[in-house]
Amino acid sequence: MSRASCSLPLLVAAMLLLSGCGEPPWNNPYPASQAGQTILYGAFTERPKHLDPVRSYSSNEYAFIAQIYEPPLQYHFLKRPYELVPLTAVALPEVRYLDADGSPLPSDADPSQIAISEYLIEITPGIRYQPHPAFAKDEHGAYRYHQLDPQAAAGINALDELPETGTRELIAEDYVYQIKRLATPWLHSPIAGLMGEHLLGFDALSERIEAAAPDPVNSERLFFDLRQVPFEGAEVVDRYRYRIRLEGRYPQFVYWLAMPFFAPMPWEAEALYGQPGMKQNNLTLDWYPIGTGPFMLSENNPNLRMVLTRNPNFHAESYPAQGMPEDQAAGLLADAGKPLPFIDEAIYSLEKESIPYWNKFLQGFYDSSGISSDAFDQAIQFDAAGEAGLTDGMREQGIALVTAVDTSVWYLGFNMLDPLLGGDSERARLLRQAISIVVDFGEYISIFANGRGVEGQGPLPPGIFGHREGAAGINPYVFDWRDGRAVRKPLEAAKALLAEAGYPNGRDPETGRPLTLYYEAMDAGPDGKARLNWMRKQFAKLGIELVVRATDYNRFQEKMREGTGQIFMWGWNADYPDPENFFFLLYGPNRKVEGGENAANYQNPAFDQLFEQMKNMDDGPERQAVIDQMTEILRHDAPWSFGFYPKSFSLHHQWLQNVKPNLMANNTLKYRRLEPGIREQLRERWNPPVLWPIGALVLILILGAIPALILARRRERSAAR
Amino acid sequence: MSAYILRRLLYALPILIGVNLITFVLFFVVNSPDDMARMQLGDKRVTQEAIDTWKAEHGYDKPLLYNAEAGGLGALTETIFFEKSLKLFAFDFGQSDSGRNIGYDIRQRMWPSLAIALPTLLVGLAIAISYALMILFFRATYIDFGSVVLLVAMMSISGLFYIIGGQFLIGKLFHLVPISGYDRGLEALKFLILPVVVGVVAGIGSSTRLYRTFFLEEINRDYVRTARAKGLRERAVLFRHVLRNALIPILTGVVAVLPLLFMGALIIESFFGVPGLGSYTIDAINRQDFSIVRAMVFLGSVLYIIGLIMTDISYTLVDPRVRLS
Repeated sequence: MSRASCSLPLLVAAMLLLSGCGEPPWNNPYPASQAGQTILYGAFTERPKHLDPVRSYSSNEYAFIAQIYEPPLQYHFLKRPYELVPLTAVALPEVRYLDADGSPLPSDADPSQIAISEYLIEITPGIRYQPHPAFAKDEHGAYRYHQLDPQAAAGINALDELPETGTRELIAEDYVYQIKRLATPWLHSPIAGLMGEHLLGFDALSERIEAAAPDPVNSERLFFDLRQVPFEGAEVVDRYRYRIRLEGRYPQFVYWLAMPFFAPMPWEAEALYGQPGMKQNNLTLDWYPIGTGPFMLSENNPNLRMVLTRNPNFHAESYPAQGMPEDQAAGLLADAGKPLPFIDEAIYSLEKESIPYWNKFLQGFYDSSGISSDAFDQAIQFDAAGEAGLTDGMREQGIALVTAVDTSVWYLGFNMLDPLLGGDSERARLLRQAISIVVDFGEYISIFANGRGVEGQGPLPPGIFGHREGAAGINPYVFDWRDGRAVRKPLEAAKALLAEAGYPNGRDPETGRPLTLYYEAMDAGPDGKARLNWMRKQFAKLGIELVVRATDYNRFQEKMREGTGQIFMWGWNADYPDPENFFFLLYGPNRKVEGGENAANYQNPAFDQLFEQMKNMDDGPERQAVIDQMTEILRHDAPWSFGFYPKSFSLHHQWLQNVKPNLMANNTLKYRRLEPGIREQLRERWNPPVLWPIGALVLILILGAIPALILARRRERSAAR
Repeated sequence: MSAYILRRLLYALPILIGVNLITFVLFFVVNSPDDMARMQLGDKRVTQEAIDTWKAEHGYDKPLLYNAEAGGLGALTETIFFEKSLKLFAFDFGQSDSGRNIGYDIRQRMWPSLAIALPTLLVGLAIAISYALMILFFRATYIDFGSVVLLVAMMSISGLFYIIGGQFLIGKLFHLVPISGYDRGLEALKFLILPVVVGVVAGIGSSTRLYRTFFLEEINRDYVRTARAKGLRERAVLFRHVLRNALIPILTGVVAVLPLLFMGALIIESFFGVPGLGSYTIDAINRQDFSIVRAMVFLGSVLYIIGLIMTDISYTLVDPRVRLS
């Protein structure tokens, strides 16, 4: 045996021994220098489009900017139902109503008399912005980077190339400045249209800004100081107070004050980014946020990772001392009164594919994870009562499951403008009710959502005021209450409704052929095919032929806008926890064909009147009574088949604390606490490098090479043929 | 030769215009400027006014290809196609529809693409050539037969299988390297191992079979017979004579793909979370960002044309009998 072949078993043995020597995992995607630090590791699947709070309007963007920007209000982390509490404000704003002459009105004044609602907001003194070059000043007190030489500006590719930073105190003017930004036409705020309906003089402000601002140079909008533009809808009262004026009454406005749209923006930021050449180099507010929140974006590379680090200037805020009764037992009040935030850094890596994301979570390299369909069976099992729980493997790893019913609704919509299915005729109504019975969303949840959902009984999901549980909350046109649970009515009931509608056995009496309906699908891919087949089968139970018109999302939206679809499935995720935010989806003047969000184009004067009444009411028995009436109208008219309320499942490792789903608050990173020591130990235990396959591969190659070498030598020595 | 290159470059102009036109038409058959605006502005609460403002600001408020309202040459020049295409030929890619500088992004993202593509190419080339030579050496034996079966099997397996299998075995079961991710500087090395291994293994079947064919074409030539007649050993025949001559088609093929290495690997980058140009293109398609799609298709076409010209030039360098005229 040669020397090489003798040393091979020794090499393999050494590798096997080394594999258990307690060194850091080889597959650790993070630098060794981060070991033991209080860094939260997460992932994002899609690059955020906007980080400017005036434009950002999606949850994947809020995951970042809500940690940076601080609007005056926030949602209480623990209390349910969701409750607004002050963030930078001293207290919740008090509203004052004025009539058309400007005279004050009592708080219970008739909404028709209220011409103006006035909100006075006072912010806490002493709050300071994160260190930022926009605030840097030279020895003469002039802003260091506000008058950059255009050539020098053109050479700056990242914000950290401006090394000096400064800060300043948060003042009321910053909030007013941001509200004016909402009206700035070239910033394209998605809520500009909505605010135009409520904020006093908003549209006129927009026109004034457009008229006064200089034209863009090389498609760049240079700095235009909005402080000089007067605006009656939002005014500075003094250094720490500002006033917002709304046209009429709009009680839901306070919820908007908890969203980043109403976070403060220092004019200095726009002065810095509004210099020539900055936008060309991607130096914009859309890329480099600036705020007073607990974290600041220290690295923004959405193609790779985004890093939030603790803001050294963060003001005093402590963990809530009160919560729900069950929170104490769950350990969610263990940190009561402690200063926030608990972690120093949060690193979010781009993970476009679910498989590597899931595997890295199991290896301990992500602190929490959702559950994709591929991994669902590995993670979750249902008990005899249908309750979701973790599998043994997950429990052994110390993983915890957190579930919550989303404040969202998915529904099967009927276009009320359609001559066959729409309108308020008895025939069409019975047809819609029959379909509502026969399309079994319980089955849909079970097959396509791994049981992650609750069948819908009305437009309001759980957690929203007005939603009723139990027997009182079921849709009596579709369900019966039996044995303490809602049971879908039998197929015969649907068939009877269909016959009553004039389509016995699903046949059109005029033609004698099966009734044909059209389903507008936006999910035409391979994954959607099973869903579409399922939907066809539901209608086939009634003998109705469902023709699927599959298209892309663009065309689907176009059909919705034009009102040319017939049946469709769509969803809505709440902006704020108020029933108005769901019922407005069925409010007549808000029809999709008229530019609103009412995709079913439903219009019922009785419902509209109740909506106008309900939206101005405070939560209480009277409002509940109105909501019950509205819900009853919708269940009777059936412009939607109330599909389901999605349920989100998330997993987190044992070293991550203070995890409670809060579907309204986006700024929950500051409450998270980590135990990095446990994480390090478990990562090492879970990820020992397995080296024998390398040895085995080398061995196979060597063993394979020996006969080849013998053959080669024999060939070379053989006589030429 | 310079006249030849100049001529080829001039030929490239109509090709690039054609490619640009086809990209434009295909894109706008599926997406309208309104759709693009909605994609950028979001689904919720977007007004038609906001859409119109966005289109005007991004130059999508004009007719697509022909402006009937404009007179004379303006009918062609005052269109989205003309205005969006003209700057491309000066390699000014402008800004993406979401407001990012495309040129800057391309410069940033081509390095991760190269970091994967270059070692994959070189290591793959070395292994495939060595393996093909070995098969040639043992031709008509069980090694030859077994190797061909193995190569055909490897060719038949989807690239996605290699990616998921590689991540499962090397990253998940053996814990040898991170399953996915990327980093800067030397930290990137541990992230490159797995995609490079997967890229090499996935490509080895087809390339080895191809090179084996090249070698087999040479092995029966007269000069090989002469070398053997001189009494040269089989190893010397293969490495000194056959390899050198068979390298001509191999190297010219490699030269053709060299410029395209910058463009990245679409699926590998996406699965391994590598921030290269491949994933940049995929993201842009998903986000309906026409400016990036158009820039990447244009860049890809330019690089392809450069690759073909380089191939022609490389023929003259490795084979003195070839003349460019």
